[in-house]
Amino acid sequence: MIAISGSTVQLGLAFIFFLIGLLPHPARAAASEYTLSNGLKVIVKEDHRAPVVVSMVWYRVGSMDEVNGTTGVSHVLEHMMFKGTKKVPSGEFSKIIAQAGGRDNAFTSKDFTAYFQQLHKSKLPLALKLEADRMQNLNFSKDGFAKEMKVVMEERRWRTDDKPQALVYEQLLATTFEAHPYRRPVIGWMSDLENMRAEDAERWYRTWYAPNNATLVVVGDVKPREVLSLAQRYFGSIKTKVLPIRKPQEEPQQTGVRSVTVKAPAKLPYLMMSYHTAVLRDAERDWEPYALEILAGVLDGNESARLNRSLVRETQIASSTGVNYDSAERGPGLFYLEGVPSEGKTVTDLETAIRGELQKIINDGVKNEELDRVKAQVIANEVFERDSVMAQAHQIGGWEMAGLSYKTLDILVDKLKAVSAEQVQAVAKKYFSDDNLTIAVLDPQPLDNKKPLKEPEGLRND
Amino acid sequence: MINNFKWCCAILIGLFAGGGHAFAILPIQNWQTSSGARVYFVENHQLPMLDVSINFAAGSGRDTPAISGLANLTRHMLSLGADGLSEDEIAEKLADVGAELGGHIDRDRAGITLRTLSNARERGQALDIMSRMVQKPEFPEKVLDREKMRLVAMLKEAATKPESIAERAFYSLLYGSHPYALRTSGEVDSIESLKRDNLVNFYRAYYTANDAVVAIIGDVNRETAQEIAEKLTAKLPEEAASLPALPQVTLPLQAQNREIPHPATQSHILLGYPGMKRDDPDYFALLVGNYILGGGGFSSRFVEQVRQKRGLAYSVYSYFEPLQQKGPFQVGLQTKKEQADEALKVVRETLRNFIAKGPTERELTAAKQNLVGGFPLRIDSNRKILEYLSIIGFYRLPLTYLDDFVPRVEKVTVAQIKSAFQRRIDPDNMVTVIVGAPGAS
Repeated sequence: MIAISGSTVQLGLAFIFFLIGLLPHPARAAASEYTLSNGLKVIVKEDHRAPVVVSMVWYRVGSMDEVNGTTGVSHVLEHMMFKGTKKVPSGEFSKIIAQAGGRDNAFTSKDFTAYFQQLHKSKLPLALKLEADRMQNLNFSKDGFAKEMKVVMEERRWRTDDKPQALVYEQLLATTFEAHPYRRPVIGWMSDLENMRAEDAERWYRTWYAPNNATLVVVGDVKPREVLSLAQRYFGSIKTKVLPIRKPQEEPQQTGVRSVTVKAPAKLPYLMMSYHTAVLRDAERDWEPYALEILAGVLDGNESARLNRSLVRETQIASSTGVNYDSAERGPGLFYLEGVPSEGKTVTDLETAIRGELQKIINDGVKNEELDRVKAQVIANEVFERDSVMAQAHQIGGWEMAGLSYKTLDILVDKLKAVSAEQVQAVAKKYFSDDNLTIAVLDPQPLDNKKPLKEPEGLRND
Repeated sequence: MINNFKWCCAILIGLFAGGGHAFAILPIQNWQTSSGARVYFVENHQLPMLDVSINFAAGSGRDTPAISGLANLTRHMLSLGADGLSEDEIAEKLADVGAELGGHIDRDRAGITLRTLSNARERGQALDIMSRMVQKPEFPEKVLDREKMRLVAMLKEAATKPESIAERAFYSLLYGSHPYALRTSGEVDSIESLKRDNLVNFYRAYYTANDAVVAIIGDVNRETAQEIAEKLTAKLPEEAASLPALPQVTLPLQAQNREIPHPATQSHILLGYPGMKRDDPDYFALLVGNYILGGGGFSSRFVEQVRQKRGLAYSVYSYFEPLQQKGPFQVGLQTKKEQADEALKVVRETLRNFIAKGPTERELTAAKQNLVGGFPLRIDSNRKILEYLSIIGFYRLPLTYLDDFVPRVEKVTVAQIKSAFQRRIDPDNMVTVIVGAPGAS
């Protein structure tokens, strides 16, 4: 039994354009959405430009669902998903995909864990069959687990422990959040990795890997109905699970600036700042997250945007600057600013300068030409991203995991275009306050210190 | 948190890998502009956008030790002041039409890319800026001073990072006095010494019309593409004399090992040997062979031996980077300091074993299945096709390159791979760099 929810807006239209090839630019490609009776959501977007397909299975479980003592277990499970089932021996999954001419990989974030294959369209059934198999039949042999944990610890060393700026980011999050699980690193604390057991990963798998906690996203040279029947064939018999109740774990109101310092071998200092902000919860009614996206563009959307122009090019206080804001998250939002001071300048100089730029927007707002420039990029990007099937699948999955329907993507450009200068100034005023700010700083250490530096202890709970 | 290998390496080596069943391979149109630039164009109206790149034989292979970093700085400065436009005006005019400007430099090539909407207004404005940058760069002194300072800061930072330290030592040992030894980004001393005149002269010598390769894909017709190519190249410097070829690479006569202390928790290990040229007769044997050895992700021998069997590393890979002259063959991994010796031993044994015995028939079949079956993925976006056009043009590969590819991959035999690796990679005379070596603290 297939329960179909949603519809196939504009679907035929785009397809016919392609077939007859008279009208050069298909209207914004639409996607189709279905839900199998076991709860698996299936979203298919047609893109017939090349005979390829990308298939992604997204599980709505990531580091924000973890608890102390087993941090990093979502990511460990991601690694274990390549270690075999009853039918497919360890390591074979990727080899089978490779021999079908495909590429595969996976990624874990705060909000989700996702697996993907890129293939010739004729190989889609193979990818779905293998994904359905490892959704239910994963092995957790002690020996295989122990070896993979060594790999994960190498990954942590490579990704975080030996990268000073990554340590700063890790400490920034651990300081910005006290109650919310976003404070924990996706890869997990080293001690938790050292003490991780196969049972921990297996319990995680039994708890969260279920069709009713997953979304299958397929983008490429396919027909939605055919993908639906393949999904039904391979995933249809997998049983629904009762998922644990997810508690909100809301972050209490911050009441003053927080700061943290990281010492690590490096030459240049580095500064990261974060402000608590809103994220999208109701894509139709919310407006602040759209204004924050535009604000990020005004500050850092192009080479002549405010931070680069003022701090790198004019005053030369910074050798680089950056801004990051993502309006689609399961948890609370953050607006990040970062930079490397120029030689002879300090992180304090840079922090003062960045806060000065924010204050200018709070006081004087933004110019219409700045706004138009950011919007021109939004409009162009909406076209550019259609050059990549991977990017399209990623976007759909990411929004679904954040609890926003992929259909929101259809109104996204209009919502961003509708943002006014007053709204940009209003969100700057509301969120860029000291009580809302956390600052993390890299204090560079000489390389010839005899001992490898350990992570600073005791900084996480200041 | 991608559970990755260096996929980039598989792509480097595999840039032209693939082949297509009954697949109509790209219809590439090719001509010369009135100034002598070579143009490679694919007309594609599926999306209302256009990608354009222009490349020159102006990579860091043209640097010398005294001016190391000049090629990179010259390319970098193209967008920072041109034809009366300031750097901010250039950035604003591009941003106003939503255009994306990119750049590329390696040891052979340097150039810029532009992505724009194909509507006349957006396209016209974006291409106008691009053509002024390429043909009338001004290299303003004030901006140059600032950019030199930023580069120097970046290099000082890089000097603390194990991966940068390893990479620099690797190229220096592998190439000795050959210009490929020089780091593309340059050195602190050489960059500090560079003057505006250096850039102007480098630009005049290497950004010449005869050596320009223009690649275009997207929503314009042939006539418009011709106009675009003319506008981009008509006022380029004229060549005084044809460019000298880069010198040949000499092969190392003995093993060279360098251990560099570093406080990191992991050792960064690189091994290598001069590899192959872009037009190398062993290209396909080495390409397919390397897929089996260390380019094919989870299917490769290095991953099997180092990661899957022993859990010694998160990432371990090998690749060939084919260049005008012999580009590097490189094996790389990172592993906890205490087990660096063990990991290095496994890597050396795996490599020796592969060179001595070659791959198995089964491995070869699997490799071909991937390279042939995966062909469509290599040209499934305009961005990827643009890079093909640029490479085909720059290295003067035949326009039938993609059509020839599958048959040539399919023809590769176990004996050819074994022979090619035995003739080309000498495991006794390799370069080995270990940063954060266990004994060297």
